[in-house]
Amino acid sequence: MLFFALLVVVIFSFSFEPTSEEAQRISGGLMWVAFLFAAVVALNQTWARELRNQVLDAYRVSPAPGWSLFLAKTIGNFLFVMVLECLMAPLFVVFYNLRSVGPESMLALSAVLGTWALVVNGTFFAAMSLRTRAREIMLPLLLFPISIPALLAMVSATTATLTGDSSPTLALEFLAVYDLVFTIVCLLLFDTVLHAE
Amino acid sequence: MFGRFAALREVTASFDDGRLYAIFGDNGAGKSTLLRVICGLARPSSGKVTLLGSSDLRSVLGGVGYMAHAPLLYDEMTGLENLHYFAGLYRPVDDDKLRDAIRTVGLDPGLTRYVGQYSQGMKQRLSLARATLNDPKVLLLDEPFSNLDPQSAKAMSRLLGEMRDAGRTILVVTHQSVHVAGIADESFWMSAGKIVDRQPGIRAAESAVRS
Repeated sequence: MLFFALLVVVIFSFSFEPTSEEAQRISGGLMWVAFLFAAVVALNQTWARELRNQVLDAYRVSPAPGWSLFLAKTIGNFLFVMVLECLMAPLFVVFYNLRSVGPESMLALSAVLGTWALVVNGTFFAAMSLRTRAREIMLPLLLFPISIPALLAMVSATTATLTGDSSPTLALEFLAVYDLVFTIVCLLLFDTVLHAE
Repeated sequence: MFGRFAALREVTASFDDGRLYAIFGDNGAGKSTLLRVICGLARPSSGKVTLLGSSDLRSVLGGVGYMAHAPLLYDEMTGLENLHYFAGLYRPVDDDKLRDAIRTVGLDPGLTRYVGQYSQGMKQRLSLARATLNDPKVLLLDEPFSNLDPQSAKAMSRLLGEMRDAGRTILVVTHQSVHVAGIADESFWMSAGKIVDRQPGIRAAESAVRS
């Protein structure tokens, strides 16, 4: 995943040479493209261990609530993807000579809210895809459309902070509400997904 | 029903407390599906299941132990780690009890190998330990004797008899009637999704073989 992100950064930086101002404007989108694809590679492996030896059947015949399993997986994925982002972000800073005009705390908040948005839906859809044969294709097919509003908000918030052209507040508020709504929906529906035949 | 395929047809059966039932049948007869329906892993297309006095299977799962063909264990953890993890799904974990459970099935609780490196027989035994972690009133075992050497199979057979004597209701799907000969209270023969014979002991298997 890290290698994939490196590839994205290097290829984009060689394919066009933006001015400093252009770099500030486009790097928000580039970063989230790299983060998104790296997250999908990670999310596709979310349930790999449970698929081997049919471990999920052991959960299904236990009284443990499905939402606890979902939350544990989501938090694990979130931490993993955040670590990836912390490793990838300096590459963008170096290759695009980035300097944030707005406060870095807003960038951090964008990263946290944006990553949670990707991961909470990704973990849910990865579980939904378990019973399909083409599960590695199904996850992005399901995840990308539903993530579009969040992606636009992530990119908008990141770009606004980097360029200082506008306030990222509205985008961050949207992301926070998006995260809350989809976290609740996924928690409520996960039991149904876990026990579906 | 799975699509147009009927794995079980018109199955009506009841099982009394504290007895061991052996379920025999041809491959594809619906034996494993029967166990999966009883523990709620598969939903019947029609009819109902009442388990431990309740038709809401999710509410009684704390009293059910299930052992499948697959070991239902994480390859990336040791035996004790696996049991610690699955025990936590039921109640606060007592490590001493877990070690006892591992010893009861003839394994060493101090084994630091990951389960992925176990032999099939070892996985089978650990899977039985996992299925009994929650002190279940009902134990559903799918081919528990497969991959076991004769000595281990005999030990498992003795263990199942002790569990039955302690008041557990046990359903065992097996092709190996010799391992349940001394312990089965009743046996069923299944064919093409139906229960076609039900007899005391293992007579259902013996009759099927003779006919």
